[in-house]
Amino acid sequence: MSTHVTNSHPVSARAPGRTLAAWWQALPLTTVFALFFLMPLALVLMVSFWDYNQYEMLPDFTFKNYIAVFDGCLSGEDMCVTFKTYLSTLKFSLLVWFLTLIVGFTVSYFLAFHVRSSGVQVVLFVLCTIPFWTSNVIRMIAWVPLLGRNGLVNDILVRLGAVDQPVEWLLFSSFSVVLAFVHLFSTFMIVPIFNSMMRIDRSLLEAAADSGATAWQTLWNVIVPLCRTGIIIGSIFVITIVMGDFVTIGVMGGQQIASVGKIIQVQTSYLQFPLAAANAVILLSVVLMIIWALTRMVDIRKEL
Amino acid sequence: MTREKRAPGFWPLAIFFAAYVLFLYGPMLVIVALSFQGPEGGLTFPMRGWSTHWFQKLANGLGSVDIGSALWRSLGLGLTVMVFTVVFSVLAGLAFRKKLRGGSMLFFVVVASLIMPSIIVSLGIGLEFRLLDTVIKTLLEAWGMQGALESYGTALGIYTSALGAHLTWTLPFGLLIMFAIFNRFNPAYEEAARDLGATPWQCFRHVVLPLIAPSVVGIGMFGFTLSWDEIARTSQAIGDVNTLPLELQGLTTTVTTPSIYALGTVTMVVSFLVMGMAVGLSSMLGKRHKAGGKP
Repeated sequence: MSTHVTNSHPVSARAPGRTLAAWWQALPLTTVFALFFLMPLALVLMVSFWDYNQYEMLPDFTFKNYIAVFDGCLSGEDMCVTFKTYLSTLKFSLLVWFLTLIVGFTVSYFLAFHVRSSGVQVVLFVLCTIPFWTSNVIRMIAWVPLLGRNGLVNDILVRLGAVDQPVEWLLFSSFSVVLAFVHLFSTFMIVPIFNSMMRIDRSLLEAAADSGATAWQTLWNVIVPLCRTGIIIGSIFVITIVMGDFVTIGVMGGQQIASVGKIIQVQTSYLQFPLAAANAVILLSVVLMIIWALTRMVDIRKEL
Repeated sequence: MTREKRAPGFWPLAIFFAAYVLFLYGPMLVIVALSFQGPEGGLTFPMRGWSTHWFQKLANGLGSVDIGSALWRSLGLGLTVMVFTVVFSVLAGLAFRKKLRGGSMLFFVVVASLIMPSIIVSLGIGLEFRLLDTVIKTLLEAWGMQGALESYGTALGIYTSALGAHLTWTLPFGLLIMFAIFNRFNPAYEEAARDLGATPWQCFRHVVLPLIAPSVVGIGMFGFTLSWDEIARTSQAIGDVNTLPLELQGLTTTVTTPSIYALGTVTMVVSFLVMGMAVGLSSMLGKRHKAGGKP
């Protein structure tokens, strides 16, 4: 076995043409990301310094879009719109992050350590991931018949006598937005955390138990630290999705709740592209700072 | 049948898990049920009889929206995205096994695309194509091509900007799956083939591809289903005509009949069909490989 392993690596060294072949093979993918990812980002940065009128963008180098975004933020006693929106979006992110982490960790923990047969484990894991491949909007509107004024939940609450009349805050509210976020994106927590848990050497758990650790101590001192990478990857996914979201907040908030993504969307619909671009650059910097703080070195490639 | 005693905490966790699954699937089942409302029924329970009335309504179109053509557009785009995702991911996966200069940089870009807020990518692609429009119009004017200038609309479209936007979302998944495949791949077969004088193409076609095919089907499934449901990245990078999910998102505020649930049911059925086909194809390829692989 060891001879195979030692033989397999110097292949590229043996054949000098291989590097060129690799380059050709990576070319299509590289082109896609150059044309549809890197260049658009560069253009967003460029246009954020442009001027505009009602009809078109005007090439320029001005900070007026950034000044417009932070208009009144440094002077007044009241918080400006931009800070308020970021604060509200951050609040959603933190709350959703916390909830998806609890749900994702618990579900993964059950699957990884309490389901004994690996066949059942796979089936239950797939059961958790199937909805990921179905439409997000459908999964959002699926809450309407449950949470609406005449919905199932209100029906039950009234019948039980818990409330006199149907409650209104169930749908098109912050509550329904958070609920939908957890519903839609807890998969992004479950998959990486479950993956990390499955890599934990089971003899470590036995060793912990033999040394007299309680289940809680094993969980906190052995499992959680060893799941760190999975937790961080899941957190990055959930936080970046919620920070940039405008679809879920739009549909589940009844188009009444502000978010950073929604500001950008509204500005592009008014063709205020330079302003939208400035907002996008600021959003990107905030998200990058969060990711930087979260990662501090996790090699995603090792996790696959 | 003797059963080992369950570990402490099993039952509370099992109940939590069951509740989570109910939370995941409950609402979806509810709208499937409600899409079969009788003609008198509304958006909520109770069911007033069962019928396919709302599916017929849907087939006739919802308001000004032509659901049929949106559906075909999304199907066409989804299949295109699927093919590109599979081919580009497999190629890049092979490239990363060799010595690839700038490979870690490329990997970083791909992962960045995965976690980049979609609205930013979408805005950027929209800007890119609008600026392209300006350039094309200026050129047409400079060359005095008035006829072409008047008939020119926009470069934004399903198979240009929207296709690119979808690929920035599906290719990262494809590449990550390829990494996962090759991390578990035993290179001994390949070496044996090479030692026996196989060319690189023969080696790929007859050795590597049959081994990875069942998992590559999974990449295709990711490609199609993610494109089929994509909204955020498409939203700002689409021309005059919308994809099905974008239409659906618009309809959430205007349609107040169970037709919207019927539309939900239809798109869900398509997603599940694709998943089923992928699982079927994958296991078929796996079996054929096992049966034919032995000399």
